[in-house]
Amino acid sequence: MEIPYTVEARPDTGLYNAKMGIWLFLASEVMLFGALFSTYIILRTGNPDWVQHPMNVPLATLNTMILISSSVTVIMSWVSLRLKNFARYRMYLAGTLVLAGGFMVVKAIEYNQEFTQGLFPWSDNYMGIYFTLTGLHGLHVLGGMVVFGYLLGPGAKMWKTAPEQYVNRIECVGLYWHFVDLVWIFLFPSLYLL
Amino acid sequence: MGGHNSPEDIKKETRTYLLVFAALAVLTIITVTVSYLDLNRAQAITVALFVATIKGGLVAAFFMHLMSEEKFIYSVLVLTLVFFVALFVLPIGTYADAVGDHFVMEGVEHGESEAH
Repeated sequence: MEIPYTVEARPDTGLYNAKMGIWLFLASEVMLFGALFSTYIILRTGNPDWVQHPMNVPLATLNTMILISSSVTVIMSWVSLRLKNFARYRMYLAGTLVLAGGFMVVKAIEYNQEFTQGLFPWSDNYMGIYFTLTGLHGLHVLGGMVVFGYLLGPGAKMWKTAPEQYVNRIECVGLYWHFVDLVWIFLFPSLYLL
Repeated sequence: MGGHNSPEDIKKETRTYLLVFAALAVLTIITVTVSYLDLNRAQAITVALFVATIKGGLVAAFFMHLMSEEKFIYSVLVLTLVFFVALFVLPIGTYADAVGDHFVMEGVEHGESEAH
């Protein structure tokens, strides 16, 4: 049996399956991160003796720039694929993967610095919420990298068999990646600058 | 969203993405610069979250194409927004409700709960 609406949009929603799926998933992600942000506010406003450790702002700024750049490369990969330029698409998606890897390396350097200073998730409430939020965000970056790797490697076969569906897949992973970028845009000032 | 695949349309789209990227980079620099200014806490939070909201808005509107999406997606997002706001308002409201409820118990200071 052929699954309907993998490429063309359903007439009632105007969306193909994967796009509806990714948006519902992103809605659940909003609630997941929202719960943690809410927890952060409660913890911080409820504690008059809140300890705010100075974080590495230059490294976090670098990571912000890396993620913003990766949002552009992932959207350029989708644009290239729509223009049927597979070589350029691969270049942009590989660039996104490298940038995502760069983000993780910078984050690892930061974590290492914090561990060296004796700052661990159990040190205090700030470090607890800091590691929870950045760790969960890091897992999302890692998840994105796995999908990028798949789409560049074995998943790329679909370009030959079902090119339109493949373009849709890139659009959906792009939406996910922009969400990961969006979360970081709020994490950065909340955890590092305030 | 989009779906216009003519090279001219895509070229125009690409220019928009690059402009948004430039705006995001500038706003990031502004956020960091402002954090080094001598602002009080309320001002610092207001400016930081205001700039972050603009940046988030740009990503959502242009990169995620929410400027021109299907009604179904807007419906999902409005519903999410309602629960998202509740997620913040309810616990914060509960906490704020207790502010000023200073109670005195033997051995426990003002405003502190017994369970420590």
